[in-house]
Amino acid sequence: MAIILNHVGYIYEKGTAMETCALKDVNLVIPDGQFIGLIGHTGSGKSTLVQLLNGLEQPDSGNVYYNGEDIHEADYDKKALRSRVGLVFQYPEHQLFEMDVFSDVCFGPKNMGLNRKECELRAYTALKQVGVEDEYFYQSPFDLSGGQKRRVAIAGVLAMKPEVLILDEPTAGLDPRGRDDILNLIASIRKETGITIILVSHSMEDVARYVERIIVMNQGEVMYDDTPAKVFAHAQELEQVGLAAPQVTYILKKLEKKGIPVKTDAITVEEARDAILQVLRKG
Amino acid sequence: MLREITLGQYYQTDSVIHRLDPRVKLVATMLFIASLFIVDNWIGYLLGGGFLFGIIKLSKVPFRFMVKGMKSLAMLLLIALIFNLFLTPGEPLLSFWGLSITKEGVIQASMMTIRLVFLIIGSSIMTLTTTPNHLTDGLEKLLSPLKIFHVPVHETAMMMSIALRFIPILLEETDKIMKAQMARGADFESGSLIRKVRAMVPLLVPLFLSAFRRANDLAMAMEARCYRGGEHRTKMKPLVYRKEDRIAYLILVVYLTASICLGRIFL
Repeated sequence: MAIILNHVGYIYEKGTAMETCALKDVNLVIPDGQFIGLIGHTGSGKSTLVQLLNGLEQPDSGNVYYNGEDIHEADYDKKALRSRVGLVFQYPEHQLFEMDVFSDVCFGPKNMGLNRKECELRAYTALKQVGVEDEYFYQSPFDLSGGQKRRVAIAGVLAMKPEVLILDEPTAGLDPRGRDDILNLIASIRKETGITIILVSHSMEDVARYVERIIVMNQGEVMYDDTPAKVFAHAQELEQVGLAAPQVTYILKKLEKKGIPVKTDAITVEEARDAILQVLRKG
Repeated sequence: MLREITLGQYYQTDSVIHRLDPRVKLVATMLFIASLFIVDNWIGYLLGGGFLFGIIKLSKVPFRFMVKGMKSLAMLLLIALIFNLFLTPGEPLLSFWGLSITKEGVIQASMMTIRLVFLIIGSSIMTLTTTPNHLTDGLEKLLSPLKIFHVPVHETAMMMSIALRFIPILLEETDKIMKAQMARGADFESGSLIRKVRAMVPLLVPLFLSAFRRANDLAMAMEARCYRGGEHRTKMKPLVYRKEDRIAYLILVVYLTASICLGRIFL
């Protein structure tokens, strides 16, 4: 049970002068329950890739399989797929439309054909999950702060109880505090529900401490697909494609260069601290 | 799905037609359309077709691209064709169900269709080869004599260029909003008409809000740069006629004279 991409290719504006290749021969297996960071520079194809996963875009070559079924077969129920593979877009402004927060979150379950009671129950649970307090339920979603809007947008997708949750740049445009809040929230959703989560971002720092696997996209191709520590070992190559490893990785590498035998695979500040302490204790 | 609308969208490439002064293209388009309504025989249409063909070749815009854009107007053409075919009185050729196709109807319908097709292609060449900014620049310059009568030419041109500038942005935004709502299970295609209209609400509300937000931001940004309208405003790239533009005018005069002479008077 997983998502499988088999030699997937995608071309923008096919047949015109503006024709560009967004994805080239992408092969991926995304097993159930994994927490994945999908990273790439602007225009690397990461947004196109996630839209292929829930059938919003159709590949020009290759196949996408969900639980063993080709999602681009003519008789495949794409509407049902979209409730199972939930995608939260970058800007909450693109999806909020109802008079109040609560009805907006009900929109997804309502489209699934659930009865009113079930819709409301799911909306309530989802809003609680993302930490939106009762007092906001009957406010207009347009009056909320940026961080709150994003929570409501995530709740709107969570209410469909997806098996896979994809978040496209959920931290864009938020201040550091708001960013950490959202990332912690995603981590806690993952802990509670155990669903597959794909976090799309252009910032390594953001995803490093949370995810168990990082897929790096560059110019429509998968460049690295490995655990964070192993991906960040390629700090130099990452820089060449406009990405960067976390700050602590650089510090540890510099220490190593100076002749201090420190382990360089740490990706969070805490791990780096432990690595340095280890050396100091030995010394 | 919305990216498929190509009618009148600027096609980026480098050609003689692309480099022409927008005023030339505006005048040429108007005169070409006028010529289509002046002529009323086959030679005139042949001449118009030849002229159009030459321009298409010169513009380096693939013909396929133009035809793709015309698909959306196929329905309109079909209706015009059918009305002319059946409703023109004259010598009947074929009749059924109380309707009859007349000889005059066939001629009228085919001429009308050719006229409309030429008209659409002709005017889309203008927008295909001219950026919206250039187009409004040209329009502003052409209409500037009207300023004497206190017609707000500059303001109108500015509004037009802003409106045109926002079309692709709003189209892209519509695409994104549609996708965001489809990801939540929205269905824009199936169901009865009433259901379809109701399904538009989740699309239109975010779209309108975003349009207002953008307009507001733009107004603020323009004010921050001390924009105050047309008085004493100079252009960064003023429009100046060059040699090619004069040649183009000459060709245009020759074409117009020929189409009046051949298409109307002598035959």
